[in-house]
Amino acid sequence: TREQAYPPILSVYPSRALVDEAFKVLVENLPPGCPVTVHSLHLSEDDNYWEAYGHYISDHRGSVSVSEDVSFGGTYTGKEPMGLLWSLRPVPGSRQGLRLRKMNVCTPMLVNISVHCGHLVEAFRDQTPLASVLTERWYMAPGVKRIDIRERGMRGTLFIPPGPGPFPGLLDLWGGGGGLLEHRAALLASHGFVSLALEYLTSGEIPTARLDYNYFEKAFNIIQDHPLVTPDRVGIFGLSLGSFVTFNLAAKSTIINPRCCVCISGFHCHPYRSMGEMIQTNLNKLHVDENNYQIWRDMSLPIPSDISKKVDMGKIKCPLLLVCGHDDQSYPAVELAEDIAQMVHAAGKDHLLTKVFYHGTGHMIEPPYSPHFRATTFMAKTKPKVILLWGGQTKPHSDAQEDSWKKILAFLQHHLYSTPNPRAKM
Amino acid sequence: MDKKHCVKLSVQPSRALVDEKFIVLVQNAPPGFQMTIHSLHHSEDGHSWEAFGHYTADATGTVNVSQDHSVGGTYSGVEPMGLLWSLRPVPGSKSWLRFRKMNVETPMEVAISVYQGHQTVFVDQVQLASVVAERWYMAPGVRRIPVTESDLTATLFLPPGPGPFPGVLDLWGGAGQLVEYRSALLASHGFASLALDYLTPKITLKTGKMVKDDYFETAYKFLQQHPKVSGCRIAMMGLSYSTSITLKMAIYSEVMKLSCAVCTSGSHVQPVNGSVEDIFKMFHSNSEKARFTEEKQAIYRDLLLPIPTDPGMKLDVGRLQCPLLLIVGEDDQNWAAPEFAQDIKEMMEQAGNSHLLTLLSYPNTGHLIEPPYLPHARASRFKSVGSNEMLVVLWGGDTVAHSRAQEDAWRKTLAFLRENLYSRKNSIAPVREI
Repeated sequence: TREQAYPPILSVYPSRALVDEAFKVLVENLPPGCPVTVHSLHLSEDDNYWEAYGHYISDHRGSVSVSEDVSFGGTYTGKEPMGLLWSLRPVPGSRQGLRLRKMNVCTPMLVNISVHCGHLVEAFRDQTPLASVLTERWYMAPGVKRIDIRERGMRGTLFIPPGPGPFPGLLDLWGGGGGLLEHRAALLASHGFVSLALEYLTSGEIPTARLDYNYFEKAFNIIQDHPLVTPDRVGIFGLSLGSFVTFNLAAKSTIINPRCCVCISGFHCHPYRSMGEMIQTNLNKLHVDENNYQIWRDMSLPIPSDISKKVDMGKIKCPLLLVCGHDDQSYPAVELAEDIAQMVHAAGKDHLLTKVFYHGTGHMIEPPYSPHFRATTFMAKTKPKVILLWGGQTKPHSDAQEDSWKKILAFLQHHLYSTPNPRAKM
Repeated sequence: MDKKHCVKLSVQPSRALVDEKFIVLVQNAPPGFQMTIHSLHHSEDGHSWEAFGHYTADATGTVNVSQDHSVGGTYSGVEPMGLLWSLRPVPGSKSWLRFRKMNVETPMEVAISVYQGHQTVFVDQVQLASVVAERWYMAPGVRRIPVTESDLTATLFLPPGPGPFPGVLDLWGGAGQLVEYRSALLASHGFASLALDYLTPKITLKTGKMVKDDYFETAYKFLQQHPKVSGCRIAMMGLSYSTSITLKMAIYSEVMKLSCAVCTSGSHVQPVNGSVEDIFKMFHSNSEKARFTEEKQAIYRDLLLPIPTDPGMKLDVGRLQCPLLLIVGEDDQNWAAPEFAQDIKEMMEQAGNSHLLTLLSYPNTGHLIEPPYLPHARASRFKSVGSNEMLVVLWGGDTVAHSRAQEDAWRKTLAFLRENLYSRKNSIAPVREI
């Protein structure tokens, strides 16, 4: 056809980037005023297709710039340079409760970006696009090394930035879903921190597992002992149950001294021996929504005033950054953070605490441009499968991921790289 | 002050195409801190290449290579990409090396490091920080397809996507071999590019005979008939020796209908009815005109001079019907490309088709005008096909000017190809900055 003789030119810059870096998607050589759909497609490691798309109109030169122009429809609207990534969702017909997580961080996430004629809403894979390109999204910067850690009973993965070092270190703790999640530690190493992703719950044992703090202290020591790490510049990064562990270590440990801590969607009251016990004790407060997704947040309310049921946050000795979402449906994260703030304030340690709260944001606050999941399967080995409501609306949650990551990196940079050792002044 | 924790080094983007710029940034150094930023690359053939610049951190403790002045090293001044184009073999290396990556499927890895002070020797020095930049020839999704049908020795690089794409026939110079890096890059910019070996293809190695014109026409037809190529939008690109072939095909071939041609560092002087082999013989018969520098480097630019007046010895560029981009370096010591370009221009003005010609003539630039941000060789070891001698040939060019020329010429080449092969109007299409 005549149109085929003038194919549009589609480009993504940079074509290879870290997952937390922005890109520019540009379509050129279209007819002027042409309606097009820019579409992204990703095949996950567990063989599910995810897609996103935006509806655009080309300008008088026949160009569409996703960074500059407005999307009028699709999985995102408005001026959204990164909408093609953060609004990715499972294609129609997919199973419920899917989560997009890359387990092999040594290879990039491949995303196909294409441009179609007209404003399409479905059946993208049945149509030949006008043009398509591939973009790679990497968790590891070039030169970052990945090392399996299996020592002293520990199971984890260490990521080391390129260069002579020494570097500050981070212990990276995920939540009650268990397993060994490496993607955040790989990214942190790409930003200059030796990071240990630590497995402390295997997937099957979540309901009954009890936490052994010696295990975390040993893991922290492993990082400190590494020849490329400056031992007094090691911090802890936790999410959800990982934050709970971090609060305990920061307030109570006599063995380790984290330089600073980042806690996302944390809780400091967990006077139970296991998750299973928490659920059993509070069954009457466990609600479900219209889709039968479980809402856990009320199980943690009211927050006890009895300090023996909580981690005494007045005892922390290092700077702490708390990141939470107002729409967290699994834990009342904001209320919990305010309770922590009161305890810290009562101990005269306000200068150590930074709280960042986001509206429309749920529990799973991940590095930026990761798709938002409002609900996913949790403890997948139980029958029937449990789907947990994490909360959040896609757009504000994605904004929160982008903003919080910048703040987290700046916080870590400040406390682990820039600030001279406070003890050196004594 | 604990300096080790102050210095933070980054390269953005850390993975890029070979022709894309990067920003090298040092932060958190003490204000006024003197440092050397160093690049190191270990090439496929076992050599080490390095470059470096001397910097001083500003009041915020920052050095931004894209904005700040290097006061010494292998480059000086504000040179965002100096750490790449001024790469040279490390001390102790074999002399007269030329950088060429033959495996285009893997990236060129460059280690960028910071050293304290203004250093010139790096062997026993301690780095303050170091990162790795990957420089790729192939964008994600570009497909590399070896081609052996119809006795061709070639590699096709296809851009990602459904296509069809405009095509480029990509030829190199007198050393022969199948050189893929320019085609890989062209495919990364949306052109289906066929890198063609015409001096040392399997058929020549087998029969001992050099190819004739029909070999190029076969390559053209291969592209034209390929399901992923727009048969009516094919360009041809030649450098040095292959400029002669490109011009000849563009003007005289009944089979090849080129949309445009790009000719670098070449000539229109050749027997009009001559074959590839005849062009070789022409050179040979003039070999006594070769001169040598004090260092015994061969200067071949006089071989085809003076420009003949016999019309049987010059391609009739007045008959050219497609746009031509002609790129020459004014310090070319290997071919008298500027003189030939001038003659081409005059012939076309006389014939009335000079509106098709764009001539880019670069001062202090040598013969090997290649994609940007790669090391410049003023002279290198060279063995021409058909010769048993390994000589050191003088290509010419002053590194700074030559590198600027490469950057400019490549950008203009891509814009020229895009305008002639993609543009729906015949006006200048806006081109994204590389």
